[in-house]
Amino acid sequence: MLGKEKLLEVRNLKKYFPVKGGVLQRTIGHVKAVDDVSFDLYEGETLGIVGESGSGKSTLGRTLLRLLDPTDGQIIFQGNDISKLSNRKMRPIRKDMQMVFQDPFASLNPRMSVGEIIEEPMLVQRTLTRKERKDKVIDLLEKVGLSPEARTKYPHEFSGGQRQRIGIARALTMNPKFIIGDEPVSALDVSVQSQVLNLMEDLQDDFNLTYLFIAHDLGVVKHISDRVGVMYLGKLAEIGPKHKIYDNPLHPYTQALLSSVPVPDVERKREKIKLQGELPSPSNPPKGCVFHTRCPEAHERCRVEIPELIHQGEEQYVACHLYTSESDI
Amino acid sequence: MQEKTDSKQEIGQKKTDVLLQVEGLKTYFYMEQDKVAKAVDDVSFTLKKGETLALVGESGSGKSITSLSLMRLIPSPPGKIIEGSIKLDGTDLLSLSEKDMRKVRGNDIGMIFQEPMTSLNPVYTIGNQIAETLMKHKKLKKKEAYKRAVELLKLVGFARAEQIVHEYPHQLSGGMRQRAMIAMALSCDPKLLIADEPTTALDVTIQTQILDLMVEMKEKFESSILLITHDLGVVAEVADRVLVMYGGQIVEEATAYELYTNPQHPYTVGLLNSIPNLESDVERLESIKGTVPPAHRFPKGCRFAPRCKHVMDKCYEANPDLLEKDSNHKVRCYLYEE
Ligand SMILES: Nc1ncnc2c1ncn2[C@@H]1O[C@H](COP(=O)(O)OP(=O)(O)OP(=O)(O)O)[C@@H](O)[C@H]1O
Ligand SMILES: Nc1ncnc2c1ncn2[C@@H]1O[C@H](COP(=O)(O)OP(=O)(O)OP(=O)(O)O)[C@@H](O)[C@H]1O
Ligand SMILES: [Mg+2]
Ligand SMILES: [Mg+2]
Repeated sequence: MLGKEKLLEVRNLKKYFPVKGGVLQRTIGHVKAVDDVSFDLYEGETLGIVGESGSGKSTLGRTLLRLLDPTDGQIIFQGNDISKLSNRKMRPIRKDMQMVFQDPFASLNPRMSVGEIIEEPMLVQRTLTRKERKDKVIDLLEKVGLSPEARTKYPHEFSGGQRQRIGIARALTMNPKFIIGDEPVSALDVSVQSQVLNLMEDLQDDFNLTYLFIAHDLGVVKHISDRVGVMYLGKLAEIGPKHKIYDNPLHPYTQALLSSVPVPDVERKREKIKLQGELPSPSNPPKGCVFHTRCPEAHERCRVEIPELIHQGEEQYVACHLYTSESDI
Repeated sequence: MQEKTDSKQEIGQKKTDVLLQVEGLKTYFYMEQDKVAKAVDDVSFTLKKGETLALVGESGSGKSITSLSLMRLIPSPPGKIIEGSIKLDGTDLLSLSEKDMRKVRGNDIGMIFQEPMTSLNPVYTIGNQIAETLMKHKKLKKKEAYKRAVELLKLVGFARAEQIVHEYPHQLSGGMRQRAMIAMALSCDPKLLIADEPTTALDVTIQTQILDLMVEMKEKFESSILLITHDLGVVAEVADRVLVMYGGQIVEEATAYELYTNPQHPYTVGLLNSIPNLESDVERLESIKGTVPPAHRFPKGCRFAPRCKHVMDKCYEANPDLLEKDSNHKVRCYLYEE
């Protein structure tokens, strides 16, 4: 991406959770929720992250924001390695990074009024007067399409889509540069989902926001993203510009995933690539390429050797032994 | 593709045998402060033998309550079927005793839910649960029942069926549980299979397996399917005909081909245009303003009027009827009234 500033560089990021067992509750293994993930994020773009349940999407998002401590690897945000910063040193950086969650019901405090919810992050930073804070709340409510009267109401008085707007207004309070949306529209009805997607696109233009957009709905991700990363069992199987991933997927998993999505169109039935078997457990992932147990193209090498993410032209990268690197010159 | 349409229409005409006929069904919930939720409010439809009929609509539109009414499983109080008739192969289900109804549930109707754990019992093995049903409804001996359970599990794609019969629901993944539930629902060769969001909780690669399986099983057992879903992609893939529900009522009914190529109701059109799908590439998604009204506070007149782009004065006065446009298309909207 020529001429674009990198906002975030992620290098070999790992997040392992211990698995406890036995009477002594000793650590008997690890869930490798995020396992050696590297990518860049450019200012003003939307990177979509897709993958099946348990593939590590949420863990990746939470680790990038340092809501979870990484097991290993670097997270370089605007040139600073934040992967090991103390809580105190993280505080000034936190206001630049915000998260919007899937469940608009669980993520808002039911005992606080909408005004208080949106105002709260400003109180922590202590830079604005009461009047300035109130004006800002009203301004933000209008930006996300709610009336100023919403200030004095409580979350339960709003519908799911409206609650998601409140969550977005709150995320915008501190003028962040970077927003991670973890399934931000998944809980919404389709007619309301498109309202929120349109809003997120408008706000991105208005505030020059960079998005990491996590979702399992491949149609939604295609619509909103500039680039897309595909995760499988804690690893990035493929990443690239949206039109490359959707029109010319390279990884057999991406191909199968895309062919499985039912499309609301009766005139075009697409050929499906059917995957056999179930998603393996991330506490006991297959050796070699993690996808080889379900891969229609698996061969001997896939069972023993972990494939690296390699360049395949125009910013497309794939981790699969079917391809050989073209840019290691 | 032309070929496919023809064959679908042909099937549609051949399948004149009606399996299920629902007429004027009303299921209301009586809540505190005299509030009445009209969850299902005058719903009529037929399901033909061998047909897959989809019931689509957003959250709260009344899909699950419609299917629970068919099974007579409405929690009462607060719920009650207050009007209408439900005929399965000529038998009026609403006039049956609870004892006879239980037989219908075991033998004639199989049900698959979104969350398999709600219908699989965590303390019994998979084999035990399937065998139990077979012993009760098919009067099989224990040994035969277990043998049949293994067969059914093989049929729904378990390679290790002999082991799975001895495993407990929690030992299976979501997709495996859903398959076990299909095996259980099919164990008594039901005439009607009701599937309420059978794949919503599953990943797309697993969803494909389950949908294929349901269609395959329907053909093998010559049964009919009532498929409840909010996913218009799934509907396009498996349904012969579609009912679109909004606010407890059917607002459009058509063959799947008609509905996708020629949607009529502004709600259906809005819904189809607001889904970002893999085939389309639009700058900006269409959206329907506002939200779905709660079942105890439907607006006067057409229930969709406050959100409709084409709303007219009369839409606020009286609710339009579901009228036949032509033999395979009905719509509830004043735009199409002569
Ligand atoms: N706090 C935790 N402790 C232990 N294991 C965890 C924890 N959080 C996540 N995991 C495990 O890490 C793996 C990845 O989980 P994660 O929630 O990141 O997946 P996901 O891709 O977001 O899935 P979904 O689509 O279901 O939200 C899973 O196997 C999960 O069980
Ligand atoms: N026990 C109950 N008491 C009061 N109202 C109820 C009850 N059960 C359902 N309802 C109401 O009936 C309406 C229809 O509910 P139903 O469960 O059929 O919706 P649905 O179309 O299946 O939605 P979803 O897609 O969310 O499953 C809803 O408005 C709901 O609030
Ligand atoms: Mg998640
Ligand atoms: Mg339901």
